[in-house]
Amino acid sequence: MSSLVVSNLTVSHGAIRALTNVSFEVQEGELTAVIGANGAGKTTLLRTLSGLKDAENGTATWRDRNILGKRPEDLVRRGISHVSEGKSVIPELTVRENLVIGGLWRRDKNGTEKAIKEAVELFPRLGERMSQSANTLSGGERQMLAIGRALVSRPKLLLLDEPSLGLAPLIIEQIFSAIKNLQKSMNLTVVLVEQNATSALEIADTGVILNLGELVASGNAKDLLADPALKSAYLGY
Amino acid sequence: MRQLIGTLLIGLTLGSIYSLMALALVLVWRSTRVVNFAQAGQAIVTTYIAYEIVTRTGVFWLAVLFAVVAGALLGAGVEYFLMRTLFRHVDEGPVAALAPVIATLGLLGVIKSIVGMIWGNDFRSFYPPVSTDNFVLFGESIPFSRFNVLVILSTTVVMIIFSFIFQRTDLGLSLRAAAFQPEIARLAGIRVGPIRTIGWVFAGVAGAIAGVLITPNDVLSPASLDVLLVFGFVAAVIGGLESLPGAVLGGVVLGIGVSFVLNYVGTTLIFPTVFVVLLLALIFKPNGLLGAKKVRSA
Repeated sequence: MSSLVVSNLTVSHGAIRALTNVSFEVQEGELTAVIGANGAGKTTLLRTLSGLKDAENGTATWRDRNILGKRPEDLVRRGISHVSEGKSVIPELTVRENLVIGGLWRRDKNGTEKAIKEAVELFPRLGERMSQSANTLSGGERQMLAIGRALVSRPKLLLLDEPSLGLAPLIIEQIFSAIKNLQKSMNLTVVLVEQNATSALEIADTGVILNLGELVASGNAKDLLADPALKSAYLGY
Repeated sequence: MRQLIGTLLIGLTLGSIYSLMALALVLVWRSTRVVNFAQAGQAIVTTYIAYEIVTRTGVFWLAVLFAVVAGALLGAGVEYFLMRTLFRHVDEGPVAALAPVIATLGLLGVIKSIVGMIWGNDFRSFYPPVSTDNFVLFGESIPFSRFNVLVILSTTVVMIIFSFIFQRTDLGLSLRAAAFQPEIARLAGIRVGPIRTIGWVFAGVAGAIAGVLITPNDVLSPASLDVLLVFGFVAAVIGGLESLPGAVLGGVVLGIGVSFVLNYVGTTLIFPTVFVVLLLALIFKPNGLLGAKKVRSA
């Protein structure tokens, strides 16, 4: 069953077209990597799916209900969590507070505490720094915190925008393996936007390749990785 | 020595009221990035309401209650009807950052005119709940009264309540998250719109209390809180405009400074002194006395 269906999605920033007629589907519990160079429209795609940006045309549904033109705070309540680009944490708050805000809307303190415990089990480093200001964390720890915060919202669909940006290879490996574990253990549907094409496609089930706002290929991740034409044109190696 | 102690105590009284006004301005600044000049207008309305209650019933605390409720409603009303409308229509271009501030300045003028039409422009006095006579210590009078003690105690209680709300409650956490990173707050599920309104409500309450507490030692007229607005704004800037403890500290520092100039130099130098303090703070401590502004990288 397709749970996320994007159809003919067109989005502009003023006079500039960021996405043109993009269509793809993601099955329930699947990890889809969205690949493309700078300016391909990957971030715009995620911002539109999470309600931060309005679409100009097209449709997008999650579990058969429209998600375009909705507020991000309402979409969170429908199970869509977005970890935006650039380690989306609030540096002025403590690590614990950053996690807690993900669960405030549920008004269920016990549930939130349980979700925080699970996030800390996934990223034990956060547990050691709970009362520290998020400002003091390293880039990798911030990314873990951002994903942790999204998990506390108990998402069904997780939208991740370049979690590997600016991180050391070893940390990227840890974060990607955590994402894969999450998908399996919580049956999460994940849309992972990445420039780091190979690593992302290696953990993904399916892939979507964007170039200058248009979809150039989509399908099984292994097939995309093996396609020599795509490799040289879009995957950068 | 007697004069020194008196000056410090008066400074503390003035400072605590400036702190409340500074707190009101910082709360609005943090929630919507607007310097709300209409805060003095909102406070003058609530102070006149308190004046009506206190002259009719003689019960000061009932007047405070009415002022607080009116302050909350006014704060919510200004944010909901004026600010939201403005932000919907003016959201880009060079005027976007300035328009709300000019609007609050305009609103201040409108409110003062309406207040003048309703209550007239003559000075009125506002009876305090306790004596404003100076205490006598070892046979000597010091310029500090029971009412001043009440002012300091009341503002301290208000500050403690605010700090409890901000640091210990879910509402406070939502307010802080929405203030620092509204987009991330929304992605975490926080309804930033209503949370902003609550920021304005708290500001309205703080401003209302400041108005009611400063007036018994002063007079009431449509323009009588203008000076409080200016001093509150300077205190907020000294505190870094971002930080609630900074606003309180800024208010106290300014209050003590003003009190020293009043008692040792004279009233004519009050305004120049305040602006010299402001300039020095901006030059040497541009991020506020507590250096509250942290690096933002997200």
